Amino acid sequence: MSPQKRFKNVQAQNRTSQGSSSFQTTLSAWKVKQDPSNSKNISKHGQNNPVGDYEHADDQAEEDALQMAVGYFEKGPIKASQNKDKTLEKHLKTVENVAWKNGLASEEIDILLNIALSGKFGNAVNTRILKCIIPATVISEDSVVKAVSWLCVGKCSGSTKVLFYRWLVAMFDFIDRKEQINLLYGFFFASLQDDALCPYVCHLLYLLTKKENVKPFRVRKLLDLQAKMGMQPHLQALLSLYKFFAPALISVSLPVRKKIYFKNSENLWKTALLAVKQRNRGPSPEPLKLMLGPANVRPLKRKWNSLSVIPVLNSSSYTKECGKKEMSLSDCLNRSGSFPLEQLQSFPQLLQNIHCLELPSQMGSVLNNSLLLHYINCVRDEPVLLRFYYWLSQTLQEECIWYKVNNYEHGKEFTNFLDTIIRAECFLQEGFYSCEAFLYKSLPLWDGLCCRSQFLQLVSWIPFSSFSEVKPLLFDHLAQLFFTSTIYFKCSVLQSLKELLQNWLLWLSMDIHMKPVTNSPLETTLGGSMNSVSKLIHYVGWLSTTAMRLESNSTFLLHFILDFYEKVCDIYINYNLPLVVLFPPGIFYSALLSLDTSILNQLCFIMHRYRKNLTAAKKNELVQKTKSEFNFSSKTYQEFNHYLTSMVGCLWTSKPFGKGIYVDPEILEKTGVAEYKNSLNVVHHPSFLSYAVSFLLQESPEERTVNVSSIRGKKWSWYLDYLFSQGLQGLKLFIRSSVHHVPRAEGINCNNQY
Amino acid sequence: MDSYNAPESTPSASSRPEDYFIGATPLQKRLESVRKQSSFIPTPPRRKIPQCSQLQEDVDPQKVALLLHKQWTLYSLTPLYKFSYSNLKEYSRLLNAFIVAEKQKGLAVEVGEDFNIKVIFSTLLGMKGTQRDPEAFLVQIVSKSQLPSENREGKVLWTGWFCCIFGDSLLETVSEDFTCLPLFLANGAESNTAIIGTWFQKTFDCYFSPLAINAFNLSWMAAMWTACKMDHYVATTEFLWSVPCSPQSLDISFAIHPEDAKALWDSVHKTPGEVTQEEVDLFMDCLYSHFHRHFKIHLSATRLVRVSTSVASAHTDGKIKILCHKYLIGVLAYLTELAIFQIE
Repeated sequence: MSPQKRFKNVQAQNRTSQGSSSFQTTLSAWKVKQDPSNSKNISKHGQNNPVGDYEHADDQAEEDALQMAVGYFEKGPIKASQNKDKTLEKHLKTVENVAWKNGLASEEIDILLNIALSGKFGNAVNTRILKCIIPATVISEDSVVKAVSWLCVGKCSGSTKVLFYRWLVAMFDFIDRKEQINLLYGFFFASLQDDALCPYVCHLLYLLTKKENVKPFRVRKLLDLQAKMGMQPHLQALLSLYKFFAPALISVSLPVRKKIYFKNSENLWKTALLAVKQRNRGPSPEPLKLMLGPANVRPLKRKWNSLSVIPVLNSSSYTKECGKKEMSLSDCLNRSGSFPLEQLQSFPQLLQNIHCLELPSQMGSVLNNSLLLHYINCVRDEPVLLRFYYWLSQTLQEECIWYKVNNYEHGKEFTNFLDTIIRAECFLQEGFYSCEAFLYKSLPLWDGLCCRSQFLQLVSWIPFSSFSEVKPLLFDHLAQLFFTSTIYFKCSVLQSLKELLQNWLLWLSMDIHMKPVTNSPLETTLGGSMNSVSKLIHYVGWLSTTAMRLESNSTFLLHFILDFYEKVCDIYINYNLPLVVLFPPGIFYSALLSLDTSILNQLCFIMHRYRKNLTAAKKNELVQKTKSEFNFSSKTYQEFNHYLTSMVGCLWTSKPFGKGIYVDPEILEKTGVAEYKNSLNVVHHPSFLSYAVSFLLQESPEERTVNVSSIRGKKWSWYLDYLFSQGLQGLKLFIRSSVHHVPRAEGINCNNQY
Repeated sequence: MDSYNAPESTPSASSRPEDYFIGATPLQKRLESVRKQSSFIPTPPRRKIPQCSQLQEDVDPQKVALLLHKQWTLYSLTPLYKFSYSNLKEYSRLLNAFIVAEKQKGLAVEVGEDFNIKVIFSTLLGMKGTQRDPEAFLVQIVSKSQLPSENREGKVLWTGWFCCIFGDSLLETVSEDFTCLPLFLANGAESNTAIIGTWFQKTFDCYFSPLAINAFNLSWMAAMWTACKMDHYVATTEFLWSVPCSPQSLDISFAIHPEDAKALWDSVHKTPGEVTQEEVDLFMDCLYSHFHRHFKIHLSATRLVRVSTSVASAHTDGKIKILCHKYLIGVLAYLTELAIFQIE
């Protein structure tokens, strides 16, 4: 390739690499392409934006100057030239300016590295050149390899070598590939001998070392160095990395306090590096550096058992390598076949290597790693699950601040730990068995206050199981706390039971559809599962009824209860599971006679959904004809119709105490309410009365006295529209579906007896 | 308050609870056993009186001597993953290097190098309740004498051992990748226990937890150990109760002549070869009432913290000293049971 041609390439490369990030160079590129005859246009453009044009022209000049400078350096110093120093200085300045401003293209870097290390110029020049080798975007691996080869020739001074290593460490992340460089590992390693180079070579090796680079002879060499030089931070860092990869060869434990292990080689290029990173931001993510392990950041902890609660992610290298210092061929083959955890960074990687993943030495460490959580979620490998189970159970027991001893000092830590677990459970949408076992043990001792939110969330993630088995272990203890605690506690419990129900339903609805493919972990019959769910719902019904009495029909509490039933009423349609359970009378009538409109609205919505679900079920039964195991008993329909009659009586037909709620007429007489019959409908119901008044006032603002009984006939439907416009969607749905079209025949015709 | 009565379930399901766990995974089985444990009184209402074990005859008497008359701190330990008895030598090397590296923070050491301490792993053949129990093993840290001419085996700095006596309930639930040695006993500086425990946890993915003994279990120990037939007694039977009061708690010690204790036990004991919960309660009640008659103090209102007999002595902090060779296995069997209960 002729030099001229190459320079064109360089230019092109420079542009494409900068094109996306630098507006100015894009423009200059466009300008170069212009035909000279179009110069008029340009000058016009220039007039509009004189400063910009000036800069562009400047850029272009710089570009040319840089080419010339690089060309100058490549040719080498011209002896016997008069203006030698001057020319050299000029060209150096040019390179420095461009490099610090925009960075250099990889071809230019290639040439300049070559020059700096070949010893064509003096030391001072080499230093200046090295200091300004700043990539525009990336550095090609080949250039680095070539540069390293110059080190062997012995043409450059010690200080240049040092500077080169510092440069290499600083620019490490911008080298496009590292395979070839890694092949030079042995060469770098040998350079450790040089006392001046040692810290920088250590740093480079620290960045470069892979598991396969760790060899017994190298370990021994490093230990010799340590013996010679004492406890050097850079050696410590490299040694600890070696230990990380080969614990069977070497052992080291770093001081707990944080320490700087490498002198900051990047200082020289700090601002330039930032600029390069900024230019590179976007397409190429910054390569992840190997961490030293949390030994240098974790705080000193009280227990020997665990320095941090969750262990550090570490490949299980002990167990594999035990007993073998020299690795056999088959070992090597196996090793290349397995995928080290340290490299696992993306989901596609996990999928590709799922069969040959090297598992962590302590399974608990997966809790902090979402990719591995995926892994343990789908793996059916018993030892993996059992290791995790044991670790989590024991850690929960040990960390729990009230289980073994009352130690509320470390409450924050325990709360954080529970939060981590809950995050993992939410992420997997699945509860851990260890947590369930932990709840059995710790719930009876819980005061209901400590970590309440976390603890109740654990309850909502109890894996699906037989309710009657779990009840004595969990729910009976929870009920004791429930009845003796504040209304807020009651609401939180109901909330978490609602979430539990939802999790169970989701799990079951998935499980039913997955059944032909995978083996469900619980080999349940559908009937058994439904039975368990229905028992849970009845249990919550019982809790709610009693709680309503204890809290004297609190509206606040009732909201939480109805939230629960909003889930319950839609099981058939939403989850495609054959189950309809109605609410107990204690809840239904409390809601129906509530003074709060939003409660009544919610009740209407729930009744509407019950109706939808029951009609859907009925339809399916009729279609299938065959008598399925899951035909709902006529009792459910009767119950629903009964509730519906009461509701229509209280909201629509003004016959509240006939068919639905039965109250002895004598008692009604005693209340002294003259027109009790008309006192409950959508106008007179206490929770609607205020709406009725506002409606009338809106109609005739002048009126001094309002007569709510005047809402009848046409006015009645206007009033309804008014109510619907006030956001009472539940009421609207209910009336539309259950009343409006059949105002006379209340009830739905899906009774089994029909 | 209403009693909770679940109304008849809506779907006419025919399944019974047992239908839930046909072909359950090992984890579910494990959960099942946790449920069983949590739903009843934590310990079975009757146990065997410790007997002299046949297998124990095989144990090297020198090693047994190492275990007796020493105070051990108890830990429970979850099953060891991929532990192999054939690698004990390698483990010694690794643990040795690990300890040295931990002690001189920051200085790397080569595995297999010669250090001034030595770690020795050795099995305790025969230390088991049944043939199924995995072999117990012993770990010792020995300081090496600087002068080669002197006795090569220096002072023992730390000893720890792992065992499983009648661990059937645990063995049934884990696969062959695991070695179940739920009871760990350590003697020596706690800093050493910490280092060694950490190494085991990292290497075999297991978990150590301190094993405390509550007053309930101490009473059982008192009864069972009093029930043991002894040729001659080496120590008095002694109980220690703690009264929580400020500024300093008050300890009440109650020593009884071992033969008197045995006589008391014989008077409450009915089922031959076994100890029942009623007998334990009765035995302790007799002691309480005796004490009350003399000192007008209700010991039942205080906390039992230590029990010492000629068989063994145990402290609520999880410390034990075994005195009698004959009942070594019997004592360990009960401790194994407590350890398994803690890790289940």
